Amino acid sequence: MRGGQGAAEARVLQFTNCRILRGGKLLREDLWVRGGRILDPEKLFFEERRVADERRDCGGRILAPGFIDVQINGGFGVDFSQATEDVGSGVALVARRILSHGVTSFCPTLVTSPPEVYHKVVPQIPVKSGGPHGAGVLGLHLEGPFISREKRGAHPEAHLRSFEANAFQDLLATYGPLDNVRIVTLAPELGHSHEVIRELTTRGICVSLGHSVADLRAAEDAVWSGATFITHLFNAMLPFHHRDPGIVGLLTSDRLPAGRCIFYGMIADGTHTNPAALRIAHRAHPQGLVLVTDAIPALGLGNGRHTLGQQEVEVDGLTAYVAGTKTLSGSIAPMDVCVRHFLQATDFVVLDDSLHVQATYISGELVWQAEAARQ
Amino acid sequence: MKLIILDHYSQASEWAAKYIRNRIIQFNPGPEKYFTLGLPTGAFLDGEGAVDRSGESRQQGPGSTPLGCYKKLIEYYKNGDLSFKYVKTFNMDEYVGLPRDHPESYHSFMWNNFFKHIDIHPENTHILDGNAVDLQAECDAFEEKIKAAGGIELFVGGIGPDGHIAFNEPGSSLVSRTRVKTLAMDTILANARFFDGELTKVPTMALTVGVGTVMDAREVMILITGAHKAFALYKAIEEGVNHMWTVSAFQQHPRTVFVCDEDATLELKVKTVKYFKGLMLVHNKLVDPLYSIKEKET
Repeated sequence: MRGGQGAAEARVLQFTNCRILRGGKLLREDLWVRGGRILDPEKLFFEERRVADERRDCGGRILAPGFIDVQINGGFGVDFSQATEDVGSGVALVARRILSHGVTSFCPTLVTSPPEVYHKVVPQIPVKSGGPHGAGVLGLHLEGPFISREKRGAHPEAHLRSFEANAFQDLLATYGPLDNVRIVTLAPELGHSHEVIRELTTRGICVSLGHSVADLRAAEDAVWSGATFITHLFNAMLPFHHRDPGIVGLLTSDRLPAGRCIFYGMIADGTHTNPAALRIAHRAHPQGLVLVTDAIPALGLGNGRHTLGQQEVEVDGLTAYVAGTKTLSGSIAPMDVCVRHFLQATDFVVLDDSLHVQATYISGELVWQAEAARQ
Repeated sequence: MKLIILDHYSQASEWAAKYIRNRIIQFNPGPEKYFTLGLPTGAFLDGEGAVDRSGESRQQGPGSTPLGCYKKLIEYYKNGDLSFKYVKTFNMDEYVGLPRDHPESYHSFMWNNFFKHIDIHPENTHILDGNAVDLQAECDAFEEKIKAAGGIELFVGGIGPDGHIAFNEPGSSLVSRTRVKTLAMDTILANARFFDGELTKVPTMALTVGVGTVMDAREVMILITGAHKAFALYKAIEEGVNHMWTVSAFQQHPRTVFVCDEDATLELKVKTVKYFKGLMLVHNKLVDPLYSIKEKET
């Protein structure tokens, strides 16, 4: 997706006096970039015999890879599940605003909606590279409507669906063309789900298990069919039980295809998951952990009533509920807040103090900078 | 020769680094007049250069002798006291057949432990290419590059436990030039631990400057630290010139400095050690006062 034309003539940028993440550790190393791509400075030195054209002092800060949010339903008043006339500008607004949270790519997420909404919205959100205009769109995440009634959470019951005999055709009829789709969340206990999972997987779409009452066996079978992700672990699935760990058990299952790593999203907003649960998941399977915001349109706005797809949502502080209920409805914690919460919960030794985003770079270009950092 | 004896590895490294610093600054290099420096390599080890609780350096393992010296030189550059802008470097050796970006290659060693931390221009660094199509031609070209640069001003090297300099294993001609050498079994066995203990993965050949090449330098500095080098040091300076202990060739060089720690002197005569320790007052004048390029700017 990145269109970096790494021509040998492009300027070489060297970020110095910084700490970068390598091999799971923070190392004091310089980061070299050319034409939007990270460079191997040793190769540059010995083969091209070049030095940097420009150096940028990072003041001892941490240079982290840009955050990727694979589950975000909207923000700043924009609701990706609304079939408005100009979906594109809504996506663009969110893309621009999340730069300040350190997010450089994301998957706009659509919650359970009627087919008309998908037919109208999905074609209007193409894959797009990031840049000064905003974070890159990696593809859509369609969460629902092929999910469990019992574990629908904030998804509207009226629009839930199951697969009929022509399972994959059903899915195509509901969503429309899948060119812009990157992730589909579904419940594997639904009939015919395996052919659907296989079809989606062969088309390069990531299948994620979520909003489901599947037991561990059903979840493992789904992984064999091609599923590779779990949507917001712990939330909207059966709780871990010692005789049937359910979907949560995938983290330590020994019945998965050899070499396959199962990834799982977790919302570390301080509300969706108790820190002790975060730690259990992390300790059980650290390599598969993916932080997501599951942010809703109320992200970045104040308390009060907002919409999410076909539902009304009430926001109070950092929690959001389906209006008039105690059902959690997405989150309003920005990605960098989630990262900090997660670090506090899992007690990393962090060399820096606060992990507040100072600047965001896409393809080596500065696309956002905190007020204090601006000179 | 000058035999410089310091108490510990860290002090020996620092003395050597100070000496190099003073030599470069007093030379006053510029765009028309580069300071040519010959450099040694070592191998990566776990906990290399670590200090124990008392702050003193741990007993050094083989292969990492120059690391402390490089660290000090990097420190001098970072403090603004020394610049490598007008310094040309020539490394002593490199393995044959090892990919340039292999973690154990001498290219990797020099990049990670020295070049990437200082302001030297890549075009001024020269390391033999162990993957050249014609190895002897590569060696001959290296000799030409040294000549073209005006010869080496100061060649810094180490010594193996078998008294070798660079990869000039016992039996190497004392007038040898840069060439391909087959490594001694001792060397291969010692290196196996850097290649996951697999003997088949250890390079068996290397390109190395010859004894004669180093002898051509205007000054030579040999760093020798650790008890495991003590016997080699004894053979090199208290016995005769002998091609079985190739470092002994430098007894016939007009300007050689041996920088050691106490442990490296364990096989020397008490008389030798006392004599040279007594000269430290004089020899320390070579590193004190310690010059800085900052003074030149004012």
